[in-house]
Amino acid sequence: MKCPGNKLKQFVAHSGKAIAIAMLCLASLLGHALAQGGELRLCLRNEPKTFDPLKVEDDASGEIRYLTGGVLVRVNRQTQELEPELALSWKVSKDGRQISFRLRSGISFSDGTPFTAEDVAYTVQQLMDPALHSATGDAFRSGTGNVETKVISPAQISIRFPAPVAGLDRLFDQVAILSERSSKKEMAVLGPFMVADYKPGASVLLKRNPNYWKTDEQGRKLPYLDSIRLDIQPNRDVEMLRFKRGEVDLINTLDGDYFDKLAATSPQLVHDAGPSLDSEQLWFNEVTKSPIPAYKKSWFRSATFRRAISEAINREDLSRVVFHGHAQPALGPFSPANKFWFNSNLKPQSYSPDAALKELQVDGFRMENGALKDKDGNEVVFSIITNAGNKIRERMAVLIQDDLQKIGIHVNVVTLDFPSLIERMTQTFDYEAIILGLTNVDLDPNGEMNVWLSSSENHQWNPQQKTPETPWEAEIDRLMRAQASTSDAKKRKEAFDRVQEIVVEQEPFIFLINKNALSAVSTTVRGAAPVILSPQTFWNAERLSVALQ
Amino acid sequence: MSFWRKLACVALVLVLGASVAANWLAPASYAKQFRDATNAAPSRAHWLGTDEIGRDRFARVLYGTRISLLLAPAAALLSTLMAALIGGLAGYLGGVWARMAMALTDLFLSLPWLFLLITARALMPLNVSPLVSVLVTFLLLGLLGWTAAARVLCTTAGALRTSDFVRQARAVGLPGQRLFWVHVVPNLKPVLYAQFWISIPVFILSEANLGILGLGVAEPMPSWGSLLKELEGLVSVGEEPWKFVPLILLVVVVTSFQLLLSKQEELPA
Repeated sequence: MKCPGNKLKQFVAHSGKAIAIAMLCLASLLGHALAQGGELRLCLRNEPKTFDPLKVEDDASGEIRYLTGGVLVRVNRQTQELEPELALSWKVSKDGRQISFRLRSGISFSDGTPFTAEDVAYTVQQLMDPALHSATGDAFRSGTGNVETKVISPAQISIRFPAPVAGLDRLFDQVAILSERSSKKEMAVLGPFMVADYKPGASVLLKRNPNYWKTDEQGRKLPYLDSIRLDIQPNRDVEMLRFKRGEVDLINTLDGDYFDKLAATSPQLVHDAGPSLDSEQLWFNEVTKSPIPAYKKSWFRSATFRRAISEAINREDLSRVVFHGHAQPALGPFSPANKFWFNSNLKPQSYSPDAALKELQVDGFRMENGALKDKDGNEVVFSIITNAGNKIRERMAVLIQDDLQKIGIHVNVVTLDFPSLIERMTQTFDYEAIILGLTNVDLDPNGEMNVWLSSSENHQWNPQQKTPETPWEAEIDRLMRAQASTSDAKKRKEAFDRVQEIVVEQEPFIFLINKNALSAVSTTVRGAAPVILSPQTFWNAERLSVALQ
Repeated sequence: MSFWRKLACVALVLVLGASVAANWLAPASYAKQFRDATNAAPSRAHWLGTDEIGRDRFARVLYGTRISLLLAPAAALLSTLMAALIGGLAGYLGGVWARMAMALTDLFLSLPWLFLLITARALMPLNVSPLVSVLVTFLLLGLLGWTAAARVLCTTAGALRTSDFVRQARAVGLPGQRLFWVHVVPNLKPVLYAQFWISIPVFILSEANLGILGLGVAEPMPSWGSLLKELEGLVSVGEEPWKFVPLILLVVVVTSFQLLLSKQEELPA
């Protein structure tokens, strides 16, 4: 006999299951609604100078290119590995001069024109046209002669360069493919977003590319976002205020003090992704023809003097005091954040004023009444210049001034407007020491050829040498050219490891710190995973979504 | 002496006295870095907290007051005297002299000072001690800041020249030089005082802005200008009101000087 009570229990149990299923369905639907749509708002620090992806030179244009451009291969900003995008696979020839791509088919540009190998050939020819003066194209220029493109089929192409190009495949991360057939080249894109509106001095509006080819693991079309609004806002204080008010959703790069202030009230909003590729360094003027006294030139050209200065600088304090702990003492020319190219055998520079003084005594320096004097009795006094308005560098200079005072060196800190500083650094060479930073966007050492080759304009401590003035600079030249002329990753790594060792031994640049990649992301943004490589917060923009409020 | 005058007098004596006695009052040197206590809030050890690199803010305010209070008025005096000489004399003499003086003033006002200052910086050696940088900065400010005051003084002196009492004095045969010193200059005094007091805060703030050109008071020496720069961070100011102390001091000092030197009848009861 069945008890009516059991029926009631069964009814309640079934009803419970039904409600649970309904709730799950609702949650799934809601989740879907949250994942799709919405507008992401962030600030560009400068006006974009161009929307032509081949002419990009500035950060703002680079960020728009990243969001709108479709590339054959992409460096995964999280793993730093190269991944296929529009190309299914690729192969670089042994001599490093040729690359062949097998392309995806069935893909269209945002204006509906189909994507084929002809578009890749067209883009490469445009990119390598000397009349275009493309900075992206310059990275591919390793020798004189024309680039040959051979379209094998609509989905296959091979590109041959006149000379070996080191790290050839990774360079295609920066090459956004243009449509050969489209009349409006800049508006036809293969990336997740396309430029919909531009108000000069105010904002750039990007809308979802309806023809974007990617889907997520559940088969849903990417990107999730409807649009991205990029407000042009150079003032960081205003950007911070707008973030706090909820008017922007992301801040791509934060200073340490802003980071701490925000972390104190809203720790869930800030992200420290660890040491970035960027470095801050001090260097002395070693230019032979510079208008500084000969005795100072002899100090600055002495590796012993440079090493002693390096040893007397407390990098831990620079990191702790100036960067609020959001920086790491630099070990050498490459940050440990560069997983493949960093030489892990480099040892941290020790801080020891006593050891620095001992080293200086080897070069004939001596302490007299609290002041350091050279062997000819000249008091060691020099100036450090840096760019005015950069509080971080001004503070670093004052800390270094205090550190060097401990070994009897008197430093005058001078801040100059940026054009004057650049003029002194590159034209008149009328300076003694400089603190500036290097912003690295390229993981590959080839991106720094213009810094390390002694003949280069950006070989800052002594640029444009006709022949290397020191044996160690000659050795760096040889090693940099050797690594650039082979596609063998192991050989390249060995050569660049040695370059890093020489730089640390000779200290032409006294590397100070590698600052951390700090960012802020609103809790309304889903899917954000800030990384050290640019663009830190929205490298995975196609998978970001904004909770609808 | 009115209440306001007494108050101004006390305020000035306190501020000036404290800055003169900085060596004894300051808990540490203005350059000493307490690197384990950066950006600290006021405490018994650091009455006004510490700055971004751990320097005692109270010590920096005391020493900064000494520098700014000595040199900004000196620069203001130099610029006001130049304005009196050029503008006052030209206005009194009138005619071609006034036109020439005003042409010179207009020329000075129309010069691209930013570029001239950049040139001045380029001509100066980089290795100058902080003390020399202070002197050069305020000398430059004094030499460049006379133009606006000269225009005002020229107009005022011109009006005095054609006033009835000056005409009467001239009519009774008073010589020109005596007429200028006895009747014109005393009547220019209120304008001169006003220009002098207006110049002081302007020069203090200009000094802070000159830092962008590599002029200004060099680190680690403090000045009111460099201390006021701390107020630039919009986000932090509300949370750290003690950073307003240099601004309050600036307002107190300028107001006190004005109260002390204004005419008795102009003061509120």
